[in-house]
Amino acid sequence: MTEHLKMDEVQPRLLDETTQGAIHRPMPRPEGPLKVSGRATYAAEWKMDNAANGVLVRAAIPKGHYKVDASSVEAMPGFLGVYTDRMPRNAAQGTMNTNPAQIGDEIQYLGQPIAVAVAETFEQARDIAAALKIDYDRDDDVAAGPDTAQQVNEKDDPFDQGDLDRAMADAAHSVDATYTTKGHNSAAMEPHAALAVWDGDKLTVRASLQMLGYNRNELADSLGIDAENLRLLSPYIGGGFGSKLGISPEAIAASVAAKELGRPVRVVMTRNNVFETVVRRTETRQRLRLALDADGKLTGIGQENWQSNLPEEPFAEPVDLATHFLYAGANRRYGQHIAIVNRSAAGSVRAPGEAVGMLALENAMDELAEAAGIDPIDLRVANIPETHPENGKPFSSRSLAECLRQGAEAFGWSARQAPGARREGEWLIGMGVASAARTNILQESKARVTLNPDGTALVETDMTDIGTGTYAILGQIAAEMLGLPPEKVTVELGDTDLPKASGSGGSWGAASAGSAVFLGAKGIRRRLAERLGCTPEDLRLQDGVATGGNNRRPLAELMDAPLSEIGHLETGAKSNDVHQAGYGAHFAEVAVNTVTGEVRVRRMLAAMAAGRILNEQTARSQVWGGQIWGIGTALTEGLDHDPRTGHIVNNDLAEYHVPVNLDVPDLDVIFVEERDDDANPIQAKGIGELGLSGAGAAITNAIYNACGVRVRDYPATPDRIFSHL
Amino acid sequence: MRPFEYVRAETRDDAHRADGRIIAGGTNLLDLMKLQVETPERLLDVTRLDMHEIDEAENSVRIGALVTNSDLAAHPLIRKRYPVLSRALLAGASGQLRNKATTGGNLMQRTRCPYFYDTTQPCNKRAPGTGCQAIGGVNRILAILGTSDHCIATHPSDMAVGMRTLDARVEIETADGDTKLLPLDEFYRLPGDTPERETALEPGDLIVAVHLPDPPAGAQAYRKVRDRSSYAFALVSMGAVVSVENGKIASAAMAFGGLGPRPWRDHDAESVLEGETPSRALFDKAADVLLADAKGQGENDFKIPLTRRVVAAVLSDLTGVSQ
Repeated sequence: MTEHLKMDEVQPRLLDETTQGAIHRPMPRPEGPLKVSGRATYAAEWKMDNAANGVLVRAAIPKGHYKVDASSVEAMPGFLGVYTDRMPRNAAQGTMNTNPAQIGDEIQYLGQPIAVAVAETFEQARDIAAALKIDYDRDDDVAAGPDTAQQVNEKDDPFDQGDLDRAMADAAHSVDATYTTKGHNSAAMEPHAALAVWDGDKLTVRASLQMLGYNRNELADSLGIDAENLRLLSPYIGGGFGSKLGISPEAIAASVAAKELGRPVRVVMTRNNVFETVVRRTETRQRLRLALDADGKLTGIGQENWQSNLPEEPFAEPVDLATHFLYAGANRRYGQHIAIVNRSAAGSVRAPGEAVGMLALENAMDELAEAAGIDPIDLRVANIPETHPENGKPFSSRSLAECLRQGAEAFGWSARQAPGARREGEWLIGMGVASAARTNILQESKARVTLNPDGTALVETDMTDIGTGTYAILGQIAAEMLGLPPEKVTVELGDTDLPKASGSGGSWGAASAGSAVFLGAKGIRRRLAERLGCTPEDLRLQDGVATGGNNRRPLAELMDAPLSEIGHLETGAKSNDVHQAGYGAHFAEVAVNTVTGEVRVRRMLAAMAAGRILNEQTARSQVWGGQIWGIGTALTEGLDHDPRTGHIVNNDLAEYHVPVNLDVPDLDVIFVEERDDDANPIQAKGIGELGLSGAGAAITNAIYNACGVRVRDYPATPDRIFSHL
Repeated sequence: MRPFEYVRAETRDDAHRADGRIIAGGTNLLDLMKLQVETPERLLDVTRLDMHEIDEAENSVRIGALVTNSDLAAHPLIRKRYPVLSRALLAGASGQLRNKATTGGNLMQRTRCPYFYDTTQPCNKRAPGTGCQAIGGVNRILAILGTSDHCIATHPSDMAVGMRTLDARVEIETADGDTKLLPLDEFYRLPGDTPERETALEPGDLIVAVHLPDPPAGAQAYRKVRDRSSYAFALVSMGAVVSVENGKIASAAMAFGGLGPRPWRDHDAESVLEGETPSRALFDKAADVLLADAKGQGENDFKIPLTRRVVAAVLSDLTGVSQ
């Protein structure tokens, strides 16, 4: 049976009535011990007799055409084949649901996968890939970057409300500044990998993917097969961050080669492959304009951005996503320019839009506060709009002011001094703040919940856990609703044979798949209430005992066979009629070395409001990850493209600098109590990307407060600071 | 990685005679082999040879070529008498790498120039005669001193900078059984038009030890400027030993990482300091001499002013001049 809900109306807060105590409390991830002891089998680790190994061959030129000469490697040890059929130019974009670009013998960027070399062993395949003779027909008319691009696509209808130019001219205080951010790579710990096995016309692929429902259609479309014949398995994923939203070259290559060879084929990306062929976050240039009147009220906001992508690639970084709704101001203008370049595909990297858009907006807000002589927190609080400033829609829960105030209190914001005032030897110390905001999204989801007479339960869905805690929170929701200790609930994920959920992306997974589990369990509660002879509202389930209508019975007495329900959540009017977002505030204290310009983050605090917090431990871990990512975007991370070829030159973890342990200080997280009744039946909002939104800006604002150097070009490496000291 | 033969040297004679690439910790070589930047047909493992000791001799300390970076950094003798070396070692790589990396192997590590690592790109060091793609390319971390039109790579070692500060000499045993003692500026070659030849080692040569003379008088320091707090190569690093007597600088040794194709030392810059009263102006003058021939490549231009700042800061610290 199916318990269905279309989210058109506010739902009762049932999770505040239940008494098991499984929800909200910090609970470690149940699969954690498997992961740290090597018993969680990742895609590449799956043992399979007779599996051959493939290695992707990369284009050595940025533009042109190619032809491979397989005869050049046929005699090499272990050689099985070299295949170019159906090779995609890059990964599919998130939720694309169709094949990624497959452009035949054309090359559009250096590093593009152009073939897969398959051999008995990985080492042999790698050697063959390196030795393969490739004839190139090189086109020297290369657009290595936005500055040399001949084609720039303008957004058709740049949003324009009121008269920003006039607001700027009339402003008591204003900021008109340009910020730049370098490109980013997700650099997930587990490189992309796939193991493809054919059985007649049925294909099974074990891979590392975030959104199996979409990925199944994308891979089937790429191969020209019926999606019904394809099963994807992705129970464990070593980090995604957007890089595994869409099907990517290794899965297509493994499937093609396995078909040709009539045996299983495994393709694992090298770290260089990951940097070169997996979607990057575009570099951006952003012009921010802010106009403030004499009363400290914003009268105008403008954000225009320049970015890049490959030809015909259906993605643009939504740089201004949060700017549309975060602050008030009548006059508003946006613009987007996408240069068509010979660089790898740009796509979703954790918090697409806010990750870089909020760096610029929140940096500009700090500049405005400075110009106006207003405390940065007061400026923000004074400009929180009552309703959406562009379409007038009401907001759902919106605790930005509380986050700023509670965060300031906990962080000790009142001790902040003027730039240059706090010195410790060579180091100048400063504090910074930034708002966080991330649009909340709900996606259709299904999950099957089964309650057994022995007091155990099973949750089944094709939902994924990309390291975020899905196993934990889905089990907790079922446990809370069914009145069971969480350890009695088993969660099965990552299999397209299971009911289709939202997948992991856009921070919507916990609320969407979690709501489906909630609904499935709610259906079981309804049936138990019937058996107990009470209304569902009167039913109380705790520790395997049902109570209601003056009856109290152990579950085993109410059921002689498992009860199973599919929870089915659909988005409804609430997604359109109410503007939903998570909010927060980031605080950072940094030390800037006056000799070298080196910056060390000394402490950070995030105050986050994201509706109901389902698991305080996994939620905190998500925010920590966002804060650490903020350190990276502010100080260390950036893709370096060769100015002649566009190639990502720092394509490994030695030279693409993610923060190391020593870069990460004590991180504090506060959750501001909230329920979002408009969001979904469990009143939760996404938190995975909220923790990153604005985090880097708090750091660069702290740099300014420390030493008076305004960083507008990210990352703030030492050379960008010391020259101003 | 190309298939290769693996041979273990049981004696030094084995090491001299066998035709192959020597491997010790392998922390750099194995990476390069996987990328096919290096494609040796035979690997000669020398880790069983008796070169693991740190011996104190008269007027010197002898460090066996197989002493790991971790052990060397932690050795009481090194920490007490040669703190610049201990600090330089601990500023390099990560704990895991330092546990595997050896003294001899660290000296032999290759540049981190990104074009050297990508076999599809031109690189005179990896494929002589193909050109230098770093010139006009991504070169933020590359050299400003000692470069040529053929190569602008830096030597990445921190350890070698500490050793260069201390006038270390590399003990090399030749295939004939002779012993050579080379100071580091003779051990490392400048690129000129043969950047593929990085050291003075001849076929059959084996690094067996590094000798440190008694430390010079004075205070020692190592400072490294980098893009993140750990596990990053130096933008600029500086090892220094400076003694002050009666208000004048009696002796000064300075070596630099991140600037050149070898740990960089300029005796002319040191001469500027000796016999003079320490002051910011004096330090700037020394930096002027040090950087007189510095040539930025665009992205790495900042290394010139950054080096000046580091020189002034380190010398101020060591001589008690307030900044």
